[in-house]
Amino acid sequence: MKKLRMTKTAKNNFVTYFIVLIAYIVVQMLLKTGHMSSLMEGLLVPLCIYVMLAISLNLTVGILGELSLGHAGFMCVGAFSGAFFSKCMDGAMPNGIRFLVALLIGAAVAGIFGILIGIPVLRLKGDYLAIVTLAFGEIIKNLVNVLYIGKDNNGFHFSMKDSISLHLGEEGQVIVNGAQGITGTPHDAGFTVGILLIFLSLFIILNLINSRDGRAIMSIRDNRIAAESTGINITKYKLMAFSISAAIAGVAGVLYAHNLSTLTALPKNFGYNMSIMILVFVVLGGIGNIRGSIISAVILTLLPELLRGLSDYRMLIYAIVLIAMMLFNWSPKAIEWKDKIKEKYFSKVSFRKEKEVK
Amino acid sequence: MSLLEVRNLTISFGGLRAVDDFNIEIKKGQLYGLIGPNGAGKTTVFNLLTGVYKPNEGIIKLEDKDITGLKTIDINKAGIARTFQNIRLFKELTVLDNVKVGLHNHYHYSTIEGILRLPKYYKVEKEMDERAMELLKVFELDGEAEYLASNLPYGKQRKLEIARALATDPKLLLLDEPAAGMNPNETGELMDTIRFVRDKFDMTILLIEHDMKLVSGICEELTVLNFGRILAQGQTGTVLNDPQVITAYLGE
Amino acid sequence: MSFISYLINGISLGSVYAIIALGYTMVYGIAKMLNFAHGDVIMVGSFAVFTIVSTLGLPPILGILVAVVVCTILGMAIERVAYKPLRNAASPLAVLITAIGVSYLLQNVALLIFGANTKSFTSVVTISPLKLADGQLMISGETIVTIIAGIVIMICLTLFVNKSKAGQAMLAVSEDKGAAQLMGINVNGTIALTFAIGSALAAIAGVLLCSAYPSLTPYTGAMPGIKAFVAAVFGGIGSIPGAMIGGILLGIIEILGKAYISSQMADAIVFAVLIIVLLVKPTGILGKNIQEKV
Repeated sequence: MKKLRMTKTAKNNFVTYFIVLIAYIVVQMLLKTGHMSSLMEGLLVPLCIYVMLAISLNLTVGILGELSLGHAGFMCVGAFSGAFFSKCMDGAMPNGIRFLVALLIGAAVAGIFGILIGIPVLRLKGDYLAIVTLAFGEIIKNLVNVLYIGKDNNGFHFSMKDSISLHLGEEGQVIVNGAQGITGTPHDAGFTVGILLIFLSLFIILNLINSRDGRAIMSIRDNRIAAESTGINITKYKLMAFSISAAIAGVAGVLYAHNLSTLTALPKNFGYNMSIMILVFVVLGGIGNIRGSIISAVILTLLPELLRGLSDYRMLIYAIVLIAMMLFNWSPKAIEWKDKIKEKYFSKVSFRKEKEVK
Repeated sequence: MSLLEVRNLTISFGGLRAVDDFNIEIKKGQLYGLIGPNGAGKTTVFNLLTGVYKPNEGIIKLEDKDITGLKTIDINKAGIARTFQNIRLFKELTVLDNVKVGLHNHYHYSTIEGILRLPKYYKVEKEMDERAMELLKVFELDGEAEYLASNLPYGKQRKLEIARALATDPKLLLLDEPAAGMNPNETGELMDTIRFVRDKFDMTILLIEHDMKLVSGICEELTVLNFGRILAQGQTGTVLNDPQVITAYLGE
Repeated sequence: MSFISYLINGISLGSVYAIIALGYTMVYGIAKMLNFAHGDVIMVGSFAVFTIVSTLGLPPILGILVAVVVCTILGMAIERVAYKPLRNAASPLAVLITAIGVSYLLQNVALLIFGANTKSFTSVVTISPLKLADGQLMISGETIVTIIAGIVIMICLTLFVNKSKAGQAMLAVSEDKGAAQLMGINVNGTIALTFAIGSALAAIAGVLLCSAYPSLTPYTGAMPGIKAFVAAVFGGIGSIPGAMIGGILLGIIEILGKAYISSQMADAIVFAVLIIVLLVKPTGILGKNIQEKV
């Protein structure tokens, strides 16, 4: 019995990995045979980033069961700490190692922020938690925009006012330039790295879910009071899920930072708009459904591009498609209608034995 | 030595004394009943015993260890497990996983070992699976181990909740209205199950119930609560014949 | 003097936030959802006035009227088409995401019709500024009208909810939808009315907002919408007096923050204050501390 069960969930996860692998192979083939438009090519790394953001947010929203509207804040923290490190260490160590360390730093800093923010925030209930995470995300974005860090022979200089206040020496260099962000981060990361990072993130998240800690986290989601009575340390597991989710978002941020010439914190990349967009991916793909998050992140990112032909109308159509999909997937009447169709054409009565955690 | 000793337990909400000077002594292996009209404070007593509420006065001792005012999770670790009036299962988890959550504090591997799938993960998960299945077999739920907990019929959900509580390896099991919503057949089955649990697991059980058939059938001693105060206490037969108790209840 | 001037401006901006927040909190309390599209309904109201007044050259009063009517109908239509079907969905996140979709929809329709260029909004206020303290303190007409409008709306709404039958029905539905229905209250109608009132208020807020801050784009409603949402939570989501207090406090904090600390950090300061308040009082200033029954 036990062996069968392990294999079932493992089988399910394998499918997820397989899908990512196939996608990678297909893309590589298209690239090699010149069948990929430069537009699509430019989307490859962003797709990886959005996928990582979506699956990490699903850990918080779908597995832990808490609504976070500030996920972009963790991406921001990871991006800036990773880029800062890379800019400082550019040339001081082999590029591959430098990038790896930047990833680790981005993950660590974001994870720490996750814990620091999580401690006060995770005590709050539902909607209050949501608004506070949104607030933190906005604060982080704002703070980064007034951050000035420079380096010279005397070490690091820090200011919240402007770059002149840094009082840099002759050989000094401004690294973080307030609203102008960080310029000249080395370009390290391509699509292959992105896919590898997705595999890593999946490995961490899927293995966490299917483990003792994962069950503890889900028990909190399903019934906090019962979990407490069963001896689960609520605070510990809430923080664990939240910080791992933040760390992976941080990694996505590092990937993002190393794909731009200039890294700035704007409303559209690190503001609540981004956080909300990722939440849309998560809900549409299925709350708690990791594989679904991957698919919906890809589809919803590609959709506006595929609709480019309709130029002016494409965002409008995107919005309509979003509303329609939500109504179709979530309204009880639509679900009823779908069940009727299923019964009519697929006569096998499906006794929902196990909802596999994807 | 009694397993559970409670003295002068009192709690007020606003101006209302929900539980007033509650005293109880339960010996190891006893099947003890807590009865009383609706609103008498029975679940509040449970909540006090499990740390959901902190008492204003009084002392709670488990095997002579003072557990008054401890947090719920620590009280569970000390040895009290409970079920709830409204069944609280982990709905999106399987039946097996529900029990495995109960085993959480008794089987360990670190987060890293879990994520990296080191050998300890497989070893401990196997042990947990075996132990969980053992428990499920006791309650005849092993056939539904892979079912989503929310897909079980009501009676089996109740049993699962008890199985999960037992998985935490308690010394004292608190059952809050376990027979609620059950027909006479199911209640009979439940009575056998509770007796079986006491015998096989060497368990001490305190239960809240309204079903008098169950109470008179399996409880050895009773405490009757009314308006937060103890109305009567003692051997089941004596208590149930007490005219004050009968008046308070006015029939079942 | 300048402090008082900032304070008054803060109260004025806060009144706008309060009016928007009222819509948020009413819908949350009664329909149990966060209407993310609420901010964009404000934008629609502003554009309605813009079209009537600036494009068609008709009198402002007509503009305001049209805005209120348009927004009310729009709000009710959105509720009927996009939110009602999801009222009993498996997760409350479903209707939240749909609201986000509606928000995108409204923004993009406005984009298509009006383009992305910033429109200059002609203020509907014709009162001349008030000069006090020998001309040292100048209060603009818009500020005066906004504050008065805010007070009037708050009084009317409070009276409506507490004294009228429809208002009582709203309270009942917010407490327990099922019980209200069993008592013969038309739940669908009550929710529709809630959206109608909230949207009408949004229209007024839009008019006032753009009169005081005359630039208008399809995205004008978004940030005030978020801030008003913050204000509603700040004051205790679901509480009408809470929305009022939250809104005004938020406006004051924002203006004072811009004036005395930094205009770039003003938003961050607002959010920081929110966080601090919620840490101290986790259900907001006037929020109810609902204990989950064990």
